Amino acid sequence: MVQKESALTKIPHSILKDVYNVGIDVDEKTRSGTLFHVDQATVYTKINEYFRDKIEIMDTKKALAKYSWLQEYMWKLVDPDKDEFTRKVDEEYSGGYFMRILPGVEVTLPLQSCLMMTKKDSEQRVHNIIIAEEGSQANIITGCIQHRTGEAATHLGVSEIYVKKGATLNFTMIHNWTEQTLVRPRSATLIEEKGNFVSNYICLTPVKDVQMYPVAFCNGEDSRVSFNSILYGHKDSSLDIGSRAVLNGRGSKAELITRAIARENAAIFSRGKMEGNNAECRGHLECRGLILDEEAYLEAVPELIAKRRGAELTHEAAVGKLSENEILYLMTRKLSRDQAVSLIIRGFMNVGIMGLPENISTEINRIIEMVTEAS
Amino acid sequence: MMNILEVRNLKVMVEDKVILKDINLELTEKKNYVMFGPNGSGKTTLINAIMGLPQYKIASGKILFLGEDITTKSVEERSKLGLALAFQYPPEINGIKLSSLLKLCVGKDVEDDFSGEEKELIGAFHLGGFLDRDTNVGFSGGERKRAEVLQMLLLKPRLLLLDEPDSGVDVESLRLIGEQIQKYVEESGSTALIVTHKGDILDYVDAKYACVLLKSIVYCFAEPKRIYENIKKGGYENCVACRERVEEGW
Repeated sequence: MVQKESALTKIPHSILKDVYNVGIDVDEKTRSGTLFHVDQATVYTKINEYFRDKIEIMDTKKALAKYSWLQEYMWKLVDPDKDEFTRKVDEEYSGGYFMRILPGVEVTLPLQSCLMMTKKDSEQRVHNIIIAEEGSQANIITGCIQHRTGEAATHLGVSEIYVKKGATLNFTMIHNWTEQTLVRPRSATLIEEKGNFVSNYICLTPVKDVQMYPVAFCNGEDSRVSFNSILYGHKDSSLDIGSRAVLNGRGSKAELITRAIARENAAIFSRGKMEGNNAECRGHLECRGLILDEEAYLEAVPELIAKRRGAELTHEAAVGKLSENEILYLMTRKLSRDQAVSLIIRGFMNVGIMGLPENISTEINRIIEMVTEAS
Repeated sequence: MMNILEVRNLKVMVEDKVILKDINLELTEKKNYVMFGPNGSGKTTLINAIMGLPQYKIASGKILFLGEDITTKSVEERSKLGLALAFQYPPEINGIKLSSLLKLCVGKDVEDDFSGEEKELIGAFHLGGFLDRDTNVGFSGGERKRAEVLQMLLLKPRLLLLDEPDSGVDVESLRLIGEQIQKYVEESGSTALIVTHKGDILDYVDAKYACVLLKSIVYCFAEPKRIYENIKKGGYENCVACRERVEEGW
């Protein structure tokens, strides 16, 4: 096992190159803290000097040993008996990331974590806990990646996220698996009074099969959640991605936005569910999907459930082909059809919708550009 | 005078329906032309067919641009040859900033900066505040048409095809659009064909010739303003009987 707290530069160069493409800054200059979990162990954690007394980052098992109170946060939002995958993680797991932003702290640089698999036929099981304490503000970027292509592997990740009173957490997850990876994240978030949680999910590279349906419980008064997903399904990818908001608090709000592109043999299910359990909650769901090939499959499944008079939930979903009118419009501006199509696709996946800090959105746009150009 | 555009015996179909037949039109260089016609007379069909939009199928006839047969050329090719179209209803394009599109119009990369001259033109159209917005998304009628003509001028075309640049536009935007078109045409020696059924733009664009498209026949006239007044008074049917017609074209 690689020694903990080792310098990140000791990680083989070939791996670091992949890591860069899931938004991880290996120089760490633009990050407040870093955690790397490779295969079955957390191999590296570091908090930049300036942020030492502001944030905590460590392996989940280490954190549980250090803080007895952390038991109160384990398996409280996700039911260990939910399905076979949660049961497996409950039985045995290799750690994961624990991140905590201390009360009232505004973390100016993002925290980052990288979950990586490098071994053939392996199964990675992690349990992550994030706590944004009262009045704190932070951005987290987490990249999940399988190094080396074409080898079967399974990733099971349980994440429990707590956004406390008045806290703001912007959480971005980028997946970069292989065509043989089976992925089953199980995530839930609890948002307290005036808490604001933004969850961004980006999956642009081919994968065998991802199924996830993260949920956010807006329990606090005036709590807010936004789920944004950018899905680019190609080759034989199967993406079944949902997001669910449970609006319990008075004045709680949810916004669920998805942009999905399906091509080649990919199948995408884009699900979204909002449950209005309070008379003064509001929610809006927007799913736009493009289908580029005859063989691809795209299904949008929006669900709105109102249990109180006064709950206001809306949705707009549209799946279809690229607009010929837009393509021709751009062609009258001296662009070829191919140039016009790629411009529209890149625009369609624009991360401007996510309200990300500039350096992260620049990085994500770079990744989108790279992936769309390569295909 | 050299012919910029010649349309010969053109028959245009949309889906399986004949919209225009036996259309003949000649536009010479360094002149502005106004085309009137009632709703549904096929004005938009004609200029979209000249631009080469594929849903407007040319069943027979020819289009020549600067003497070259462009009847089968693609929109992109026509655009590169020097034809430009300002759409009547420009589409909203999510995710593509106006600044990016303007840069593509002048042949730059999205990352490049505007030149001083380009910035000045953007300023003249009062669109400096719209550069970071998605193209046409949430733009008012006037803003949309200003953005449309600005893109067109940045393309530096030889032939400007303008489809109702004056519809849905506020007075101030109309003046701006008209003046900028006039300035460009004067300085570049290019030609504009302006489709309209209002004629308000004539206050700003110096057009010596007008034509009326009616039942697949193009009637040509000198003095667009007088023609416009006649149409307002007596309707389009008067054009057929009008004695001021120029029978031999321009």
